[in-house]
Amino acid sequence: MDYFIELFFSGLTRGSIYALIALGYTMVYGIIGLINFAHGEIYMIGAFTAFIVATVLSVYGFPLVSIVIISGLAAVVWASSYGYTIEKIAYKPLRHAPRLSPLISAIGMSIFLQNYVLLAQTSDFLPFPTLFPDLEFMEPIAHIIGTTDVIILVTTIVVMVLLTLIIKFTKIGKAMRATAQDRTMATLVGINVNNVISATFIVGSGLAAIGGMLVAAHIGQINFYIGFLAGIKAFTAAVLGGIGSIPGAVLGSFVLGLTESFATGYVSSDYEDVFAFSLLVLILIFKPSGLLGRASNEKV
Amino acid sequence: MKQPILNVTNLTMDFGGIRALDSVDLDVNSGEIVALIGPNGAGKTTFFNCITGIYQPTGGDILLSLPNKSKKVSLKGLKPNKVTERGLARTFQNIRLFPKMTVLENVMIGRHCRTKAFIFGAIFRTAATRREEESILETSYAILEKVGLAEHANEFADNLSYGAQRRLEIARALATEPLLLLLDEPAAGMNPQETLDLDHLIKQISQEGQAILLIEHDMQLVMSLSDRIFVMDYGKKIAQGTPAEIRANPAVIKAYLGEEVDA
Amino acid sequence: MVLLKEFKKALLTSLWFVFLTFPIVVIKVDPIERTVFWRWQNAFYMAVGTFSIYLLVKFYQHRKENQPKSSDAGENKLPISSLIHRILLNPVQRNIFIGIVAAISIVFPHIFSTYQTNVMTTALMYVVLGLGLNIVVGLAGLLDLGFVAFYAVGAYTYSLLNLHFGLGFWTVLPIGGLLAATFGILLGFPVLRLRGDYLAIVTLGFGEIIRLILENWGKFSKGPSGISNIPRPGFFGMHFNLEQSVLYTYYLMIILVIVTIFIVNRLQDSRLGRAWIALREDEIACQAMGIDKRKTKLVAFSLGAFWAGIVGVMFAAKTTFINPASFTFLESAIILSIVVLGGMGSIVGVVFGALILILLPEYLRALSEYRMLAFGAILVCMMIFRPQGLISNIRRTYKFEKKSPPPVR
Repeated sequence: MDYFIELFFSGLTRGSIYALIALGYTMVYGIIGLINFAHGEIYMIGAFTAFIVATVLSVYGFPLVSIVIISGLAAVVWASSYGYTIEKIAYKPLRHAPRLSPLISAIGMSIFLQNYVLLAQTSDFLPFPTLFPDLEFMEPIAHIIGTTDVIILVTTIVVMVLLTLIIKFTKIGKAMRATAQDRTMATLVGINVNNVISATFIVGSGLAAIGGMLVAAHIGQINFYIGFLAGIKAFTAAVLGGIGSIPGAVLGSFVLGLTESFATGYVSSDYEDVFAFSLLVLILIFKPSGLLGRASNEKV
Repeated sequence: MKQPILNVTNLTMDFGGIRALDSVDLDVNSGEIVALIGPNGAGKTTFFNCITGIYQPTGGDILLSLPNKSKKVSLKGLKPNKVTERGLARTFQNIRLFPKMTVLENVMIGRHCRTKAFIFGAIFRTAATRREEESILETSYAILEKVGLAEHANEFADNLSYGAQRRLEIARALATEPLLLLLDEPAAGMNPQETLDLDHLIKQISQEGQAILLIEHDMQLVMSLSDRIFVMDYGKKIAQGTPAEIRANPAVIKAYLGEEVDA
Repeated sequence: MVLLKEFKKALLTSLWFVFLTFPIVVIKVDPIERTVFWRWQNAFYMAVGTFSIYLLVKFYQHRKENQPKSSDAGENKLPISSLIHRILLNPVQRNIFIGIVAAISIVFPHIFSTYQTNVMTTALMYVVLGLGLNIVVGLAGLLDLGFVAFYAVGAYTYSLLNLHFGLGFWTVLPIGGLLAATFGILLGFPVLRLRGDYLAIVTLGFGEIIRLILENWGKFSKGPSGISNIPRPGFFGMHFNLEQSVLYTYYLMIILVIVTIFIVNRLQDSRLGRAWIALREDEIACQAMGIDKRKTKLVAFSLGAFWAGIVGVMFAAKTTFINPASFTFLESAIILSIVVLGGMGSIVGVVFGALILILLPEYLRALSEYRMLAFGAILVCMMIFRPQGLISNIRRTYKFEKKSPPPVR
């Protein structure tokens, strides 16, 4: 039974991370209909920034609490800046191009960013500093759920609630929803669509950076290639939930996280990634609109 | 002796809870020009999409009479390409040409379903394939001449003027050798001169024996061309008859005046 | 005044990039030794680099806007593109051009070293892979990100059939191609009805699944350690030494390239080729013209896979060793870069694209480290500045001599 609960919580933790990344995919897709292939790399850059800043601070002897806060903020700020800049460079000029052009551009961006980090840093796996020490009151249940898992879960929940509030009640959130429904109409009622798109990239990238930092702290090591797999899995989660739908992305992420956790726990860990990829292929073939998404038809 | 070509009975189409077409009947005889009119949103284009297989209708039947055969075939449930193969070819309201292909190639695409060369023939360029290619070229060129686009044959389709693009759509549809040609608002966006040219073109095609069903908002054109007119409103057929009868039909006048004066 | 404003904007942009790249480019930490390196010179390079690139792009855009629009359809042609078009459209020049290329390819291995011949053979493999993917992406407009899977199918078909049954290169060559094509059909059947971007992701997933299976199913594929001692291509039982074998493989590849170009060219100008291009342009209109969407796509997909399979067999025979690491997503991305750089749908373009992308990093050693960075940048830049590629496709124009007007109906 303990094993089951352990797997369950590990699935929830995975799911939380996927959710943080999947939200970026789904928000961007909802607004400009683009699979932002470079999103996984944003997550990787967030993790790297957190890693660099945290290590620098710890070398210079800052206290742990300030390291966590500053490196977290740095990860969010820089990842958002990357997201903003990438949109301006690689996607904005292609807004009226054929549908596949921005996707190819996104793939190029993804490869570019991977190798940019590889060249500027290293291809080795780097040990991530311990940011979250094991809390004492967690001791009795530590064999089932670790401190980092709890922190990941709590952070994710807080972030989700904040995001929901932003999208439901703020001006930019309403503008995002309007733009997602009908971009032309949104322009006509005076919404600056360019700003909305930028905001979407900034928010999505910030979420991915939080995810990146949490994962790095959880696993304890990073390298330039972590974004590719995490990106594809988060995308799978977004499609599973119905791409374009925010609750769908969260639901899909938890379904994927739990599936992976139980499948590797009870079946075989050799094929961990095959499960995710097979799920991706199967959903796209049999239910491309996902669990909570709407089927779209082209108007003739 | 006029023979029926297309018989649509009780055609019904639901989108979710909305009934876009409600038991519409329509028939076209050989050699006829039939117009389908109605206010915006009456369901005319939906009707076209249903009979050409782009939408699958919820109910009703679509029967096509093949020449030289007493049997009728149902088009219901067929894919769009099969419908075209059977003999229904259409144009689109919002022009859908192949913009980065030449004008001639656009028409040659129309010959696709009447020819058969495949991988083997393409690679080895057998005598049969060569003959077929030649006949595709000849037929396509002849159709371009008919619609007056022959001198633009090797230009890209998206370089044509608006009116010429509409004529190219008709040419492309004609290349499939349809039993019935469906024109979806062929005059939309045309200037008076282009509309007049279109009027001549459609008459000319019709005189060669081509049956035509058209959706059109330009009433002058409709009255000038049509042998019979069907009127739709809110997904239902509200009237049918000769142009003179339609002009005098109170239901039609109400449908139009209730919305806007369209003519 | 305008100039000053542009300089100010360039300055701001470069400052933004210095900020953006600061943590990754300037700081380098060693978490074990607990040391921090501040590489300030990198910030300076970044500033200068961004500043000049910004001005360059602005200059390019400025020139493009002020260009007289008299040329056909405002199509701006690169000098190389228009030169190649001119040569290819003139029969005499075309024959001379082909003659020169043929002469170079024949004497190449006799002038250059074995090593360089080997490199050239690799480049030629990418030419064929590019031409295969070109059918799928360039002509039919189906973005296939898992192309490498079919390449892997070919390579493993040869290695395994040889290992277990001792089948030779020439027997397996068609089997590898056909098996890859079969995989193409099996995958294509369910996925080809998907919209373009979903198709791209599904093919990517499929490619990764194949690679992961090869990696993990040790009993079948020998896992990550791969299969070695794969025999090189033979010739009626003759035995070559290494040098002769390289030479022989090189000429085999030349022949394969010629055959591929010939076939792709014919396909492109056929009824099928027209249908592919029409499908790329507008699927709904295509169906309304009586084209069977699914069948046409399936043919394109499996033909592309066929060539990938063939090259896969060649690859296994040339390198004599394969493992799953040769068939990652990056390989698919490289082949896609070749097609995009050369010009989607353009045979000459793809040939040039492959030669540039494979040979350039090989000969400019300093660049080879930046190879993948450049591939990424190429994909982005080509989409933004030159979506038609370096050498855009020339659509065939048909000359029609009027005979007696044929009856239409």
